[in-house]
Amino acid sequence: MSRILIRNGRLIDPASGLDELGDIAVADGRIVGLGGNVADFTPDTQIDATGQWVIPGLIDLAARKADIASEARAAAAGGITTLVMPPDTDPVMDTPSVIDWVQHRADAAKGARVVPLGALTHGNQGTTLSSMAALAAAGCPAMSDGGTPISDSLVLRRALEYAQTFALPSLLTPLDQSLAGGFLHEGPTATRLGLAGVPVAAETAGLGRQIAVAKAAAARVHFGRLSSAEGVRLLSAARNDNRALSADVAIHHLFLTDQDAMDYDARFHINPPLRDIVDRQALRQALADGVIEVICSDHQPHDTDAKAGPFASTAAGASGIDTLLGLVLRLVEDEVVSLSAALASVTIAPARLLGLESGQLAQGAPADLVVVDPHSPWFCNAQTLNSRGANSPFIGWEFSARVCHTLVDGRLVHHTPE
Amino acid sequence: MSVQLNDDGELRHFLTTEGLEPQLLTRILDTAESFSGVIGKSVKTVPLLRGRTVINLFFESSTRTRTTFELAAKRLSADVLNVSVDTTTTKGESLLDMLHNLQAMQADMFVIRHAQSGAAEYFARHVNPGVAVLNAGDGWHAHPTQAMLDAFTIRQHKGAFEPLRIAIVGDIRHSRVARSQIHAFNGLGAGEIRVVAPNTLLPADIDSLGVQVFNDLSAGLRDVDVVIALRLQRERMQGALLPGEAEFFRHYGLTEARLQTAHPEAIVMHPGPINRGVEIDSALADGPRSVILDQVTNGIAVRMAVMTMVLGVAPDNTRATS
Repeated sequence: MSRILIRNGRLIDPASGLDELGDIAVADGRIVGLGGNVADFTPDTQIDATGQWVIPGLIDLAARKADIASEARAAAAGGITTLVMPPDTDPVMDTPSVIDWVQHRADAAKGARVVPLGALTHGNQGTTLSSMAALAAAGCPAMSDGGTPISDSLVLRRALEYAQTFALPSLLTPLDQSLAGGFLHEGPTATRLGLAGVPVAAETAGLGRQIAVAKAAAARVHFGRLSSAEGVRLLSAARNDNRALSADVAIHHLFLTDQDAMDYDARFHINPPLRDIVDRQALRQALADGVIEVICSDHQPHDTDAKAGPFASTAAGASGIDTLLGLVLRLVEDEVVSLSAALASVTIAPARLLGLESGQLAQGAPADLVVVDPHSPWFCNAQTLNSRGANSPFIGWEFSARVCHTLVDGRLVHHTPE
Repeated sequence: MSVQLNDDGELRHFLTTEGLEPQLLTRILDTAESFSGVIGKSVKTVPLLRGRTVINLFFESSTRTRTTFELAAKRLSADVLNVSVDTTTTKGESLLDMLHNLQAMQADMFVIRHAQSGAAEYFARHVNPGVAVLNAGDGWHAHPTQAMLDAFTIRQHKGAFEPLRIAIVGDIRHSRVARSQIHAFNGLGAGEIRVVAPNTLLPADIDSLGVQVFNDLSAGLRDVDVVIALRLQRERMQGALLPGEAEFFRHYGLTEARLQTAHPEAIVMHPGPINRGVEIDSALADGPRSVILDQVTNGIAVRMAVMTMVLGVAPDNTRATS
């Protein structure tokens, strides 16, 4: 394996609080020296990071993909070194053989790592428990309901208890599906457009039940994609007496609202739906307060046909891996959170949740690194998107920072030409 | 939402009554009035759309609306093609492919009805320049020609809109007619618009469209000048929205007796087709207050007006006369 020396960059590590100019030495896939402690290192390759940032590679807690190879490379180009993949694939990731197949495909892609989440129940059906211990042995660091809540509360409790037996966190979707038969946040915009709405209660009714069951199961539970101020309030109160609860937010919920869909623009057809400006502000505040610790892209690439047609007939979901880093840094520009806190939400926070070694700049840690030029603006458009999914809601936005180099496991997997 | 207007603020499509200037709404009514004479005369056609092709593209079944659009086009001397699309048998073909194929037949105008909100706007964004789209109903969103023929009928019977109280009664939630009426009547300066329905038939934050919300029919009808009953689709009468049609009629069905609190000369309207004994009593629908058949007749003139306006050939249109 090659030996790489990244020289004279601004090293930013939210895990340790490190923020200083220095070098990083990489050998055998690991960080072997950083800061002032890389004296006797003979590299094969040097990367001059003068004027640039060196940060841990991003860990994207929720990214679905049509094509593992293309999306793993697109992720690397966006500064993401780990894609965490929910189990609602076809076939469902509920047996070790499916996990093996996914990891084989990901390894061949030579892009970002892919970390599969195991299904809590067989086929995501919500009726019988999956072989969680075997799934963990195959490489799943956590279990998930794959976007479909387990509606039977007893099955949910048993699934959480069983996962906890093997110290596996459970990632749940806070949703009551019987309330979620709509296409846009229930409110004035949906009423104007004549679209069936999804009320906030679709989130809170599901979340409230899951909070109660999580406590009964004494399990480590993480809620994926909170969308509402009410949801934040519920979670915040629950965390006061149960520290084993946590949550993430999809990056688009921190920037967009239901009003963005006012021209029936299907790029804003997303689940959970974009809500109103009060919800967006509450989510930003929850991030600042630490009630929400993780940001993900909730990447759902769709081909053009899937997003063509009247709003309700289009596929829900947004393409997100190209813009995750740019938007996270914009939260700093918008003074929502500090640079360190912003980066923590996409590095060390998801790493701790899943028990991954990566997500930090530390001696001996996996060399999943990104070199970023903070003063190299780019426009998001169809040409600059690397994902197969052109369904980005951020087309037309300008971002200030560009990814120059991405290392995964000590290998240079992406390099942006000067 | 300006996809329906050109740079001069003129209609190039007609997709929704929302956001239209009062002058433009009034011009639609005035143009329709100039055509309503045509209907009464023995020679019922004018040559304004001679040589033009109008395609009625209906993804939902309809008798009245499609027929009046067809009559309107024929009285303007257009060639009319009716295309009914059964969406259960055309899954393979995308909407855009269908549109492109029909456009290749040199259509000048599409009249579109579709079950999904936003379908007409979607078509309007994808047709060739110069091709007009008229929305004949999209999902729960809009049915602008119905709203304008209702406005025309109200003006015919009541004159100015400013002093009027108008109540819309029934299934507001699923009604594209109600939404378009609310925008049109507000745009025309109506004094007060009320919606009257049980909570299950009201969409969230309906008051944000500029209406007063009533659950009680008698209170909602107090002193109103115009009462509009909406059609309640039978499949919505079972299940979680309503316990049944008998209870609905008992609390929200329009009868002469329930109109006691309304203005003595209040008129009664219905966009049709009527469920007699569900949303309105037969005696009222067929009685002296009812202007339901006027609505049907006026539908032709209003559709003629909009068809000529979107192609820039309306009689009072300066572009046509210059």
